[in-house]
Amino acid sequence: MQDNAHHDVAYLHDGKGLKSWLFTLDHKRIGVMYLFGVLIAFALGGTFALLLRTELLTPGKTFVEADTYNRFYTLHGAIMVFIFIIPSIPSALGNFVLPLHLGAKDVAFPRLNLLSFWIWGIGTILALLAIVLGGVDTGWTFYTPYSSNVGGAVTMMTFAAFVLGFSSILTGLNFIVTVHKMRAPGMGFFRMPLFVWALYATAILQVMATPVLGITLMLLMAERLLGIGIFDPALGGDPVLYQHFFWFYSHPAVYIMILPGMGVISELVTTFSRKNIFGYRAIAYSSLGIGIISFLVWGHHMFVSGQSAYAGMVFSFLTYLVAIPTAIKVVNWVLTMYKGSISFDTPMLWNLSFLILFTIGGLTGIFLGSMGTDVHLHDTYFVVAHFHYVMMGGTAIAFFGGIHYWWPKMFGVLYKEGPGKLSAILVFIGFNITFFTQFILGSRGMPRRYYNYVPEFQTLHQISTLGSYILGVGFLIMTFNLLSSLKRGGRPPRTPGVRARSSGRRRPAPPSPTTSTTRRR
Amino acid sequence: MNTIVKHHHAHHFASAAQEFSAAKMGMWLFLVTEVLLFSGLFLGYAVMKTLYPEMWHEASHHLDWKLGGLNTLVLITSSFTMALAVNAAQTNKAGEKNARLVGLLTATILLAGCFLVVKYFEYSHKFHDGILPGAHYTYGGINAPNAHLFFGLYFLMTGLHGFHVVVGMGVLTWVLLRAKKGHFYSEYYTPVEVGGLYWHLVDLIWIYLFPLLYLVG
Repeated sequence: MQDNAHHDVAYLHDGKGLKSWLFTLDHKRIGVMYLFGVLIAFALGGTFALLLRTELLTPGKTFVEADTYNRFYTLHGAIMVFIFIIPSIPSALGNFVLPLHLGAKDVAFPRLNLLSFWIWGIGTILALLAIVLGGVDTGWTFYTPYSSNVGGAVTMMTFAAFVLGFSSILTGLNFIVTVHKMRAPGMGFFRMPLFVWALYATAILQVMATPVLGITLMLLMAERLLGIGIFDPALGGDPVLYQHFFWFYSHPAVYIMILPGMGVISELVTTFSRKNIFGYRAIAYSSLGIGIISFLVWGHHMFVSGQSAYAGMVFSFLTYLVAIPTAIKVVNWVLTMYKGSISFDTPMLWNLSFLILFTIGGLTGIFLGSMGTDVHLHDTYFVVAHFHYVMMGGTAIAFFGGIHYWWPKMFGVLYKEGPGKLSAILVFIGFNITFFTQFILGSRGMPRRYYNYVPEFQTLHQISTLGSYILGVGFLIMTFNLLSSLKRGGRPPRTPGVRARSSGRRRPAPPSPTTSTTRRR
Repeated sequence: MNTIVKHHHAHHFASAAQEFSAAKMGMWLFLVTEVLLFSGLFLGYAVMKTLYPEMWHEASHHLDWKLGGLNTLVLITSSFTMALAVNAAQTNKAGEKNARLVGLLTATILLAGCFLVVKYFEYSHKFHDGILPGAHYTYGGINAPNAHLFFGLYFLMTGLHGFHVVVGMGVLTWVLLRAKKGHFYSEYYTPVEVGGLYWHLVDLIWIYLFPLLYLVG
């Protein structure tokens, strides 16, 4: 029983002062630090998004110059991808929940875990420094030869992304070893909660793909500092090679972002449907399936980059394959809800929101995976809308659902349901207004990353901007609701997951429902 | 006689065996990331060689295969002493002197230093000829165009490898200092083992770099 006291929120009061947090080896505290860290990054990236949308209210200049606009979208993208989404679910929720779900006292390498957080912090500071030092206007993809020749703080930003990659690798490595070596006696692989399965698949991708980003960014830095030339056509190099390098990481990175979100959803859907998960093994295997296929599809980002048509066909076909394990998951989630006793608590609203938005995002991905259609839609707002439906409508929404779900477990307090539901609904509405219009804009030919546009597009742009403001309000309400619950304190009278069957360990304070494991009795 | 410090496994592990196998798996995964890191450079090598086969051929003849061969021997020997060091730790009984372990680790570190000295002479010779990375390349002795690409990759690949050698020396020095304090014996030698794994990889990468850069051309 001694060990179980470990799982109480007492960890929050284990030590006092900043030092007790910054030097903690407790996975729960590290998870909490990550949680607040990535949420601040989200607020920053979101601010840039709102500035972008505001600038796009009118064609031409609304309030900033074109160069500033280019910096805004680069920073929005780079912050959201490298500092927010990639670490969000694994590092914040995963760190907190993974050892508890496995019945382990901690992750396998607690020091490495803390190091990963520090490296994340350093990378974030470097990225902010790059903003101060003149910003970056290359887009988050840093395509050569523009990025290897243009001025600004590209080298610093590249270095920041390089450093952040290390943080991601260390977390992934730690999680893989934890899953393999730290499971409690009797916790077989197919008794693990599905969130753990998702984190495990994610961790494999983090370890296998991120080093390639590391070398890519290192080569880019070498291009800028020394002029090595392998990516620069003027020096005899090949710019398409850069794109292959970049997407070999960045496509799997898309799944590094979405898989943990799918894991959260697998937990939410069963808890709030009060039913065991449908198709446990299918969901577990499909996580691995997505992970494997993700390494074979990077070329679909390059249909119009001068890659051979034959390669394009192969990549297009392989891209369709991703739809299979993804659809397996969605079908299983829906079947879990079928004839379930569904309660519409706040996390469930985020969960339903995910199911709808992610499905739209996934289906529109098939349009883009088909080569002929992609030639028309490539680099338009259609692409922007598609990946926001997947990244934000998928991962970010699942993350917020997960935060609400585990909030009582993490802090021993309960937020108010009213504002919680309101924020989830506002985000859902605002999101669709913002991004569904962008599908229309894109299919009509509005190119992404453009500062200016033809007057015909103005109405749709303004609707999209209006939607982004609604989104902003939704997130403000959510933030206020969560933070005020911390201030209010006290124990949660009844927690959202309390009805779910636990795995039998004594759980002081709020329980951590792990229904997906109990399904196999 | 050395005083042997008994090892206690960290609190979150159930046993020393669990700790050992976790550490070993962690290092293997780290080695996977290292291989993938270098794979980017190998891919860049393959693409550039395919684009400019004649230049590649000509430029590679400007590397000194004898010095490269010497360094290959040096590193293989260091891997051998490292393997023996792991064996020395494994067979060391608690409370016994471990002079063999200390000696073998010292030999490994010295051989690593030897590798860097040879590399230093190679580099300075190249710099003297005007063979510098990227935009600083001024050498006129190669007729085929774009020879800077070959040497750019040469410096990146051997430079990144050299950096790994330096890191390896640091890690092994730390292991050596602990070995001198008598931390390692048959029941606990994790740092020797995982440090050794890392060192073998550094060696292995060179075994690929040497023929690709100096011999295949």
